[in-house]
Amino acid sequence: MNKLLLGRYIPGDSFVHHLDPRAKLLASFYFIGIIFLCNNIASYFCMFAFTILAIALSKVSVSFFLKGVRPLIWLILFTVILQVFFTKGGETYFEWGIFSLTSLGVQNGIFIFCRFVLIIFMSTLLTLTTPPLSLSDAIESLLQPLKRVKFPAHEVSLMLSIALRFVPTLMDETEKIMNAQRARGVEFNEGSIMQKMRAIIPLLIPLFVSSFNRAEDLALAMEARGYQGGEGRTKYRVLHWQMKDTSVALVFVILTAVLLLIRS
Amino acid sequence: MESIIELKNIDYHYRQEEEAEPVLALNDISFKIKRGDWIAVIGHNGSGKSTLAKIIDGLLVPTRGEVWIDGQLLTEESVWEARKRIGMVFQNPDNQFVGATVEDDVAFGLENQGIKRDIMVERVQNALKRVRMDEFMDREPSRLSGGQKQRVAIAGVVALRPDVIILDEATSMLDPEGRQEVVETIKQIKEEENLTVISITHDIDEAANANRILLMKQGQLLKEGTPKEIFAYGRELIDMGLDLPFSEKLKIALVAKGYQVPEDYTTEEGMVDWLWTFNSKK
Repeated sequence: MNKLLLGRYIPGDSFVHHLDPRAKLLASFYFIGIIFLCNNIASYFCMFAFTILAIALSKVSVSFFLKGVRPLIWLILFTVILQVFFTKGGETYFEWGIFSLTSLGVQNGIFIFCRFVLIIFMSTLLTLTTPPLSLSDAIESLLQPLKRVKFPAHEVSLMLSIALRFVPTLMDETEKIMNAQRARGVEFNEGSIMQKMRAIIPLLIPLFVSSFNRAEDLALAMEARGYQGGEGRTKYRVLHWQMKDTSVALVFVILTAVLLLIRS
Repeated sequence: MESIIELKNIDYHYRQEEEAEPVLALNDISFKIKRGDWIAVIGHNGSGKSTLAKIIDGLLVPTRGEVWIDGQLLTEESVWEARKRIGMVFQNPDNQFVGATVEDDVAFGLENQGIKRDIMVERVQNALKRVRMDEFMDREPSRLSGGQKQRVAIAGVVALRPDVIILDEATSMLDPEGRQEVVETIKQIKEEENLTVISITHDIDEAANANRILLMKQGQLLKEGTPKEIFAYGRELIDMGLDLPFSEKLKIALVAKGYQVPEDYTTEEGMVDWLWTFNSKK
């Protein structure tokens, strides 16, 4: 089992690392939103410049970002090729049946490619510089306003933090059960699809059963420690919104204004 | 002295299935525990020890009988008040770890009581220092050993400043070293804070620390007494599926070889003294 799933956080001591996780989370979503404002070379250039600046500020090696793109490269290329060959307009270089290579198609292909890369870079930047725990704190804090519309913000955030805490524990257990079943002659990852699926059963069922037991024990321990739900609870972890978080927000306002100006 | 916990004629039934005959897990249990006592509850599997612990903490409601905590009857209304006075440490170190890191877990109980953050920070640090885990504040549970996780669980209880700590087989999943560590920690905290400790255990050396031992069998309180009185039953305890302290086992082995040994229970030091004098008498 690779532990890279959620633990891709790289500890560091940089401007981006010290930002409030709420600021980072909101900024990433906002960034993905404003990418769709870009529609010419200048605006994409502007976004790339901003992303490179952000990466430089995080002091995280660029190779991590390239690794983030790698698993998605086929999806990106597939989409780009579709765009290139099926977009009609502008100067036509080549035509064969329904396929056509046009200047507009090439331009669209390049833009889509840039869009993908920018989104992946930004979301990688978020996960690389923010520990999962801070992210769940940020989500909890951002969900607070939804309480007014009867959204169970406390319950959702508690579930999220317990889920995060149990990820490594359950990973270890999965491996233990897999090895135990291997010792009894179960072969994982071998044979036809049906055989592979059948081999999963002796792994899945014990894992489910033990999760039920864990849940029961945990609920009992929580109750014994006086847990009565979200009412009247105080918080040990607090997030501090600082000047630099406000400044990041300001930079995003400026970025949006620039984009609106230079987009055609 | 007033008793901090008093159980009066406790019965507890549970049904395995709807129509099945109710199983009697506890049968007419009554006892009193004095403030500052260390009580060990021993008995083989299925003797009702853990059920008893859960009834004291109000996690299970007895079918019959009354539980009094510090002069207050345990009811649905008073149960949260009682839980503030009682801290419980359970068996599985992984399954009772609520927080994402050590400090979060210790703070969990305090958060539940709505304690102010600055007091909380101080108490968390203090409690972690007590169990010598302050260096591991920001560690995640998956990176701790079983004994360390149990010490964090104890810190979580200590931070709440309870009057009573119940150890529900808290050392049963640990290696001998971790077990020793946890017992030493509890012993020290008990002395410093004049706590009452109820330890439910299979570990006979842990039980030897107690002032009083309750011996349970099939939901009944079979015997009650000091470790000296209980361990003097020797063979009978082994027949019940329990273990004996090393000194008692040594005595049995010596008797089998035909030596005359003192009848009543002696500690390991006592045995060393006796062997030494026995040797010089020859």
